[in-house]
Amino acid sequence: MSLSADEVRRVADLARLELSDADVDAMVRQLGAIVDYINQLQQLNTDAVEPLAHALDVHDVFRDDVPGTSLSPDEALANAPARKDDFYRVPPVFGD
Amino acid sequence: MNLTAAELLERQSTGDLSAEAITQSFLARIQQVEPKLRSFLAVDEAGALEQARAIDAKRRRGDAMGILAGVPIAIKDVICVQGQRATAGSKMLEAFVPPYDAHVITRLKEADAILIGKSNCDEFAMGSSTENSAYQTTRNPWDLERTPGGSSGGSAAAVAASEAPLALGTDTGGSIRQPAGLCGIVGLKPSYGRVSRFGLIAYGSSLDQCGPFAHDVRDSALLLEVIAGHDSRDSTSVDRPVPQYAKVVESPVQALVIGVPREFFNQPGAQATGGLDAEVERSVRDALKVYESLGATIKEISLPHSPYSVAVYYLVATAEASSNLARYDGVHFGHRAKEFAGLIDMMKKSRGEGFGAEVKRRIMLGTYALSSGYIDAYYLKALKVRRLIRQDFDRAFAECDVIVGPTSPTAAFKIGEKTGDPLAMYLSDIYTISANLAGICGISIPCGLTKTGLPIGLQILGAPFTEEKLLRIARMYERETDWHKRRPAV
Amino acid sequence: MTTHRIIIGLEVHVQLLTKTKLFCGCSTQFGLPPNSATCPICCGLPGTLPVMNREAFHLALKAATALNCKIASFTKWDRKNYYYPDLPKNYQISQYDLPFSSEGWLEIELPSGPKKVGIIRAHLEEDAGKMLHDEHAGKSDSLVDLNRTGTPLLEIVSKPAIDTPEEAKAYLEELRLLLREIGVSDCEMQEGSLRCDANINIHVPQADGTFIATPIIEIKNLNSFRGVERALKYEAERQANELRRSLDAGAWVVDSSRAKAFRDYAVIQVLTQRGSEVAKATAGWDERTGRTEIQRRKEEASDYRYFPEPDLVPVTVDAAILDKVRTELGELPAAQKARLQSQYGIPAYDAGVLSRQGRAFVAYFEGVVKTCGDAKEACNWTINDLLSTLNGRQLDINACPLSPQGLGELIVEIKATGLNKQRAREVYAVMLDGLTAKQAIDKLGFKVVADETHLLELVRRAIAANPKAVADFKKGKVKAADAIKGFVMRETKGMANTEVVQRLVMEELNRG
Repeated sequence: MSLSADEVRRVADLARLELSDADVDAMVRQLGAIVDYINQLQQLNTDAVEPLAHALDVHDVFRDDVPGTSLSPDEALANAPARKDDFYRVPPVFGD
Repeated sequence: MNLTAAELLERQSTGDLSAEAITQSFLARIQQVEPKLRSFLAVDEAGALEQARAIDAKRRRGDAMGILAGVPIAIKDVICVQGQRATAGSKMLEAFVPPYDAHVITRLKEADAILIGKSNCDEFAMGSSTENSAYQTTRNPWDLERTPGGSSGGSAAAVAASEAPLALGTDTGGSIRQPAGLCGIVGLKPSYGRVSRFGLIAYGSSLDQCGPFAHDVRDSALLLEVIAGHDSRDSTSVDRPVPQYAKVVESPVQALVIGVPREFFNQPGAQATGGLDAEVERSVRDALKVYESLGATIKEISLPHSPYSVAVYYLVATAEASSNLARYDGVHFGHRAKEFAGLIDMMKKSRGEGFGAEVKRRIMLGTYALSSGYIDAYYLKALKVRRLIRQDFDRAFAECDVIVGPTSPTAAFKIGEKTGDPLAMYLSDIYTISANLAGICGISIPCGLTKTGLPIGLQILGAPFTEEKLLRIARMYERETDWHKRRPAV
Repeated sequence: MTTHRIIIGLEVHVQLLTKTKLFCGCSTQFGLPPNSATCPICCGLPGTLPVMNREAFHLALKAATALNCKIASFTKWDRKNYYYPDLPKNYQISQYDLPFSSEGWLEIELPSGPKKVGIIRAHLEEDAGKMLHDEHAGKSDSLVDLNRTGTPLLEIVSKPAIDTPEEAKAYLEELRLLLREIGVSDCEMQEGSLRCDANINIHVPQADGTFIATPIIEIKNLNSFRGVERALKYEAERQANELRRSLDAGAWVVDSSRAKAFRDYAVIQVLTQRGSEVAKATAGWDERTGRTEIQRRKEEASDYRYFPEPDLVPVTVDAAILDKVRTELGELPAAQKARLQSQYGIPAYDAGVLSRQGRAFVAYFEGVVKTCGDAKEACNWTINDLLSTLNGRQLDINACPLSPQGLGELIVEIKATGLNKQRAREVYAVMLDGLTAKQAIDKLGFKVVADETHLLELVRRAIAANPKAVADFKKGKVKAADAIKGFVMRETKGMANTEVVQRLVMEELNRG
């Protein structure tokens, strides 16, 4: 198995995903199988190869420093799950 | 309403049909088959008729008409239409209403197209069967027990079943081409940067492209012409002129050289990609014979790194997705859990509740691939192999005009057949995935039916920004055959 | 035994003076009503994409060039992934492994002379929003305002090469001056357009010649330059005391074999009893109590999972662009100070004072020199009297009531008439109301007495009236002549031509 349950929990924490114990077990199996498959990439020697992050060879795209239209607070908060006056409302951050 | 978009435009210009009559007709068809197909998440009956009436009034006034005037089009629900819900097939965005139009939608409105509804898809475009939609499962119109493919299954089924003559989908690893192949219609993935991604709910940002679904190559060319072109709101959208695809599509390509990768076929000695169905292979080889009869040269080529493309994709796409989907946390928009203990718990629960299993899997995989200690071996390694895959294509296109092969290893599979094995599902994209990694363009056109009457797709791949040539080559085959005229019995 | 050495590194974020945000057209204006300057892009709504602000990159280039950095010919953008409500996308678009500039320096003036503080890198990134705490009816919530999200920031990271809290303050002041001068940022800590985190640790000398290094503490919540200085002073002391206490209690095991080189001495990292290095920690500065509060030490650093931003394309910078930027920047402080010294022969300290006041001030000084031809006098008057006036009246040099030509003419008048400094200052004061030197002198009724016959008579009277001073002078006390001069000055109400008086007094004293 490529991934341990602890690793799965660590990754779930990083990804802010709540997983039940059953979920964790399923992930260990499924992700494990996928990672095993993916490990075949290690067969390839890529020492002399540069990573390709962008499919396009395009550079230097800019916009001018010209004002555009902003949303009104009501428009901006239209999809907000919770609001107070003109703010988004969220539970407090505990002991960070 | 089995008319193509081109035919509908012709009939309107002669006064034979009005936009309203056309729209009524398609709405009636939708009503008739939707209970069986479930292609749409939302049908905008009132809005569509209102748009249609406005188009007819415009024509009566003698105003210049947009090039898709009066033609209804289904929109995959990952594309934002102002004022209408965009769910991306997910519970996370069940109530999300975007305050703006995607660029492609602006173009469609300018072209006077009729936006008839939002089509079903795999959640956040992650899937190959549309079974990952949080709302409903779409059926393949050719066999209701089978999937239409994915992730743009709703759009493909809608066009195949004549619920709309045109549809928009998105393709990140094959999500337009594969469902087009499995549903017997034409689906095109433009070169990366050809069509603006502004307003497309992001999955794999360096891979995503919007593209057309249509009954035939000419309609496909028409729709591509409308949506393609530079958009200053998308930094990766390329500033190159858009050819008049529809005008040139009829002229064949002379001295055509077609590359056929040995890795795509089950050949002794070649890298097996696993499970290419015999009937699919035969249809593809027959199609190559048609091209030969038209004077094309068929050449065997090699794409040596293509067997690694699924592995590379599931690192690059999931890494980008893990970051793109981080914003869905119940804070500023989207689903928020009802009960939680503090902020972090709220985020975890909201995401746990709002996302389906496949999305969570990919987020986990992507997060893992980027995490400290693993990023070199996984994400960065994948980017390097990505360059090798791209170099394979660069070399291939130096010696041939296009690359041809099957769109999918099999015809449409049964609902539930692959949902238990994520990896098996991933491997059904084996032929389409590398095009996204390399940023090249590709099209799937119908090239046969299996013994049991299921469509088979032929995939043609072209070098970046050669859609004009790609469409002409596709049309060459279409002229000689009538697979594109077949319709399912639904 | 030497006292402990302090090592400080400063991480400064400055907000760039663009009209709009880094990736969208929303306003960057300070103090707007909550959530009134946002759009789908800076809110991170699904489907939105960033597009780089040209002016932001331009200002960043100016700043990095002024900080003597190497500018990368190819630079890219990266996502820094972490979850926080003031960061709507839950990633920040920043720069990771290929920042657009690196390896520069900022020269600061210390009492001991100028010092170049190294800069590791300067890169461009977007700002996050603001959060407020809201308590009501026994419950508490956080409130989020996204106005600030997406504002362009330049992050400037210094080398850990600042040796004292005073130096840290000087660095910040110099940085502020420079960036304001070249129009890159307002650098107002009160408005948040300059933010500073300070990293500090100390190296404590041991008997065997090695030094023990305390764990690095990153101090946050610094709201003023004075606060930075105070916090660093406090923290250095606190770390010294903490180390001493811990060593006394035998709590920390130190291992000389693990000593590393640092500048010109060997440093041993502090280890825990388990032998692992103590990780860097964060502390908040409390201005009210004047103390730092260590936040819980994190076991591991945050995993930001940096990867290239797929929605933005890289940026290239060539020699032509850099030349344009340099030309636009004009003369920078270090070069300016050197030129003022060589061109005008004024001392380094004075050149520094002039330069610090900015280009317009230096231009003023040069205008005065042009008029009067005496750089030394021009400098004295400008950096003392004029600067005092400006500060006292809270005026910018551009609003100065006295033109450089006017001040130059005053200097010319003084030389021509021999008016003494005290009287000259009175003239200056009147000139501030808008009069020329000549007009002011007339108005004050100052007539310099230069008539040698008359002055000689006064000198002789002064000598006669001060026998003791004369006797002292003859004994060799040259300074005793001042009393004679003073007598003459009083008799003429300060109007005597000082040079003539000086000459006559010497002649008479030496004669008799």
